[in-house]
Amino acid sequence: MSSKVPIRLSVNGRVRELDVEPRLLLVHLLRDQLGLTGTHVGCDTSNCGACTVHLDGEAVKSCTVLAVQADGTKVTTIEGLAHGDELHPLQEAFWEDHALQCGYCTPGMIMAAADLLARNPDPSEEEIRHGLEGNLCRCTGYHNIVKAVQDAAEVMHGSAVADRQEVSV
Amino acid sequence: MSVTEERTSGGNGFVGRRLKRKEDPRLITGRATYVEDLTLPGTLYAAVVRSPEAHARITSIDASAAAERAGIEAVFTGEDLADMAAPCPMVWVPPGVEVHVPEHWPLARGKVGYVGQAVAVILGGDKYGVVDAAEDVVVEYDALPVVVDPEAALEPGAPVIHEQFGTNKVFEWSLAGGDVDAALAEADVVLERRIVNHRTAGAAIEPRGAMAEWREGRLTLWSSTQIPHIARVILSIQLGISEEKIRVVAPEVGGGFGSKLQVYGEEVLVAWCARKTGKPVKWTATRSDDMLTTHHGRDQIDDVRIGAKRDGTLTGIHVKVIQDCGSYHLIEGPVIPTFTSCVISGAYDFPAVRTDIVGVFTNKFTTDAIRGAGRPEATHLIEVCMDQLADELGMDALELRRKNFITEFPNERPHGFVYDSGNYHGTLDRCLEMLDLEAFRSEQAELRQRGVYRGVGFSTYVEICGLGPSRALGPDGWGMQGGYFESAQVRVLPTGTVMAYTGTSPHGQGLETSFAQIVADRLGLDPEAVEVIHGDTNTGPFGKDTYGSRSLAVGGEAIARAAEKVQDKAKRIVAHKLEAAPEDIEVAEGAFRVKGSPDKSLTLADVATEAYIPGDLPEGMEAGLDEISFYDPTNFVWPFGAHACVTEVDVETGRVEILRWIAVDDCGPAINPMLIEGQVHGGVVHGIGQALFEQIVYDEHGQLVTGSFVDYAVPTAAEIPSFETDRTETRSPTNSLGVKGVGEAGTIAATPAIVNSVIDALRPLGVTYLDMPLTPMRVWNAIQEARR
Repeated sequence: MSSKVPIRLSVNGRVRELDVEPRLLLVHLLRDQLGLTGTHVGCDTSNCGACTVHLDGEAVKSCTVLAVQADGTKVTTIEGLAHGDELHPLQEAFWEDHALQCGYCTPGMIMAAADLLARNPDPSEEEIRHGLEGNLCRCTGYHNIVKAVQDAAEVMHGSAVADRQEVSV
Repeated sequence: MSVTEERTSGGNGFVGRRLKRKEDPRLITGRATYVEDLTLPGTLYAAVVRSPEAHARITSIDASAAAERAGIEAVFTGEDLADMAAPCPMVWVPPGVEVHVPEHWPLARGKVGYVGQAVAVILGGDKYGVVDAAEDVVVEYDALPVVVDPEAALEPGAPVIHEQFGTNKVFEWSLAGGDVDAALAEADVVLERRIVNHRTAGAAIEPRGAMAEWREGRLTLWSSTQIPHIARVILSIQLGISEEKIRVVAPEVGGGFGSKLQVYGEEVLVAWCARKTGKPVKWTATRSDDMLTTHHGRDQIDDVRIGAKRDGTLTGIHVKVIQDCGSYHLIEGPVIPTFTSCVISGAYDFPAVRTDIVGVFTNKFTTDAIRGAGRPEATHLIEVCMDQLADELGMDALELRRKNFITEFPNERPHGFVYDSGNYHGTLDRCLEMLDLEAFRSEQAELRQRGVYRGVGFSTYVEICGLGPSRALGPDGWGMQGGYFESAQVRVLPTGTVMAYTGTSPHGQGLETSFAQIVADRLGLDPEAVEVIHGDTNTGPFGKDTYGSRSLAVGGEAIARAAEKVQDKAKRIVAHKLEAAPEDIEVAEGAFRVKGSPDKSLTLADVATEAYIPGDLPEGMEAGLDEISFYDPTNFVWPFGAHACVTEVDVETGRVEILRWIAVDDCGPAINPMLIEGQVHGGVVHGIGQALFEQIVYDEHGQLVTGSFVDYAVPTAAEIPSFETDRTETRSPTNSLGVKGVGEAGTIAATPAIVNSVIDALRPLGVTYLDMPLTPMRVWNAIQEARR
């Protein structure tokens, strides 16, 4: 076993300082050392996207990032997406539209969708489908996931407009 | 919806509504607990050393270097497991049929029969450390000849995988009704096709995993399984531990699709290791482990003969099935192709049917139940052949179907199965209405002029599910060594809310919601007040778990019956308190009230107070409000539907794109229509996966070529269309809810619709038949072949 390396990162708004093995994957840091088990592992090859988290605001597959690479970054996981008891619009929409069944892919899917909407607030169906092609779901057939992302986009777009109006008043 | 919404019970009308799921809040916030999320203090991680050989004798295992590594607690091999009471049981023992069942142990004993077979296990405190140590285990093999092709395995001179049987034949089995030979002899046309239904994977996104704890002479196993109750029985047999000392928990389970309808060697192994070491032991499959050693599905070669009169009247169907079983069985294995025979008549009035099945050992991993389990194979061959036959007869394929649809119900098929209810014209009518076939045909013709090739394909399926009547399936019937009832317990708590235990074990189906709807209506509650408990052998009565689209038609009926028993007792208490007759009490608007006097009523909470502080109960009544039901159905249920698929084929590349999917399914009255739609979407995509992308491939040496999600192509959102769905509602007379199943229907329906669609698209180019998967290469080759 190799010697450990100190890292410092922010996870869901909390600063964490840890000593980690250089080979430790970010997903295992999150799950096994920080107890954030909402981020899942579904494959060994970065295909399934169940492990998707945000690293400095961008979606990454945390099974393909070393914990040491996350040194100095801000990480957001599914546990950090809601504001307290108030669900993120994507979480609301996934619930409302039955966009999950077993739920295993769901955290990664929601994190990937959040990244997609950050980059493209008003995506077409095709853009959503291509935007999520790095995340596999075996249960839903994607139909309701696409619908949930559209619905969340509408809600987020609406509140963004409302925010701007508030500012202008 | 094209149906009138019917409220099936006299309660609050929650049944039939699109309620949001009760299970979702924990799943969308990352707070759910899957097996891999559980760790106990002192947990040892397990890494499994697997065979790189498909067929070989193990000549030596040297684990000394691995055992000496820092942090390694123990290394065990097959020899160490000599105290295991029994190998993996296979539960199909059909009366009068010989089935070869080789001993299959959690760690190989002396010989391996497939790549990935477990040879040794490493235990240690660090999950990376045990994987390092596994690399240090040196296993020497003496390679044996390999056979991977099931037809080659049946040839004289083929390497025999299990010498004790002297053959690679696993079993031979037939089911027939009517005189098929005469039926084919009197036919004007006999269509013959050889259909290869290739091997696929379940590919649940959560890989398998299990954790065991041995404490004070008791074993607890947490496992990503569909069948905790069955697993407990099997662990008891294999480990020689008395059943009451074992608890099996299926926590959140990340998808199953049949692949977790199993008790795998690793589940037994971690339990054995926990007992041996006295420490908790956890194993989690990597995706490669999962692709190698989570059972596969399908893998049939079907030689089909269908006879018809010139006018399209079907006379008989004869199918010879070669089932590739892999080298060892797991719990059901060889029985799966027999389910093909159950629905070999499809939706059609065949007067004679016959299915002859041969199971074959090959040096591949086990095949067993994957979503649909034998019925997708049946539907595929029938529905593809209906189109092929129509071509041969020069008839319209839908006209041929309609001419032969079964219309009288209940309908006894020649091989003894009784279709409960159906309306096959109805689902097809609705499907065509949504499709607008005429408009499609004119567009198709117009586009062909411009070199754009589009097609439409149909599948008018019927399936058997709701497993099942114990007398039919059990030891003296089909030969399964078990009962197939389902249990439920509905417990009203002293404050008037409910815990409802089901013996089914959902893993995404939404039963915490739909079962709560069923109970709520019967007890005058909001579903929020009903907690549905499942997946733990230490709670509720003995159950039979989740598979075969049985949860609602068997488990849901059990829960309805238990709730009705509670309702009956509650009515007697209410009647006693309000001085009315029990038959005059109704459940309405959230209360138990006297019919005609709505002001005279008690809530369930009032009744619970009376039941749990029994100062004034009717004469002779026991305290408490807690009832159990065991429901064993008298028949299977037979869902059906009509699916249409519109594809466009790029004839330059062979790439198939699905443009539209119309699904009209009938699974009886809906408990929660939203959940049905979800099952249909997911089920169809599972079928699309098989038809277009997914294939488990072994090379001639028995090496798995598709061992990861890089090469095993589960569909992504980008390859899938949105769906147009609708339902008709035909009640099943089998259960009081009138329900059928829907978990597998989409998968059962889907593949022939795609294949028929692509053949329809390419008909002008001379392509007349295609086997799955319709990869660009296969389609392009077919086009080139037809052009020659």
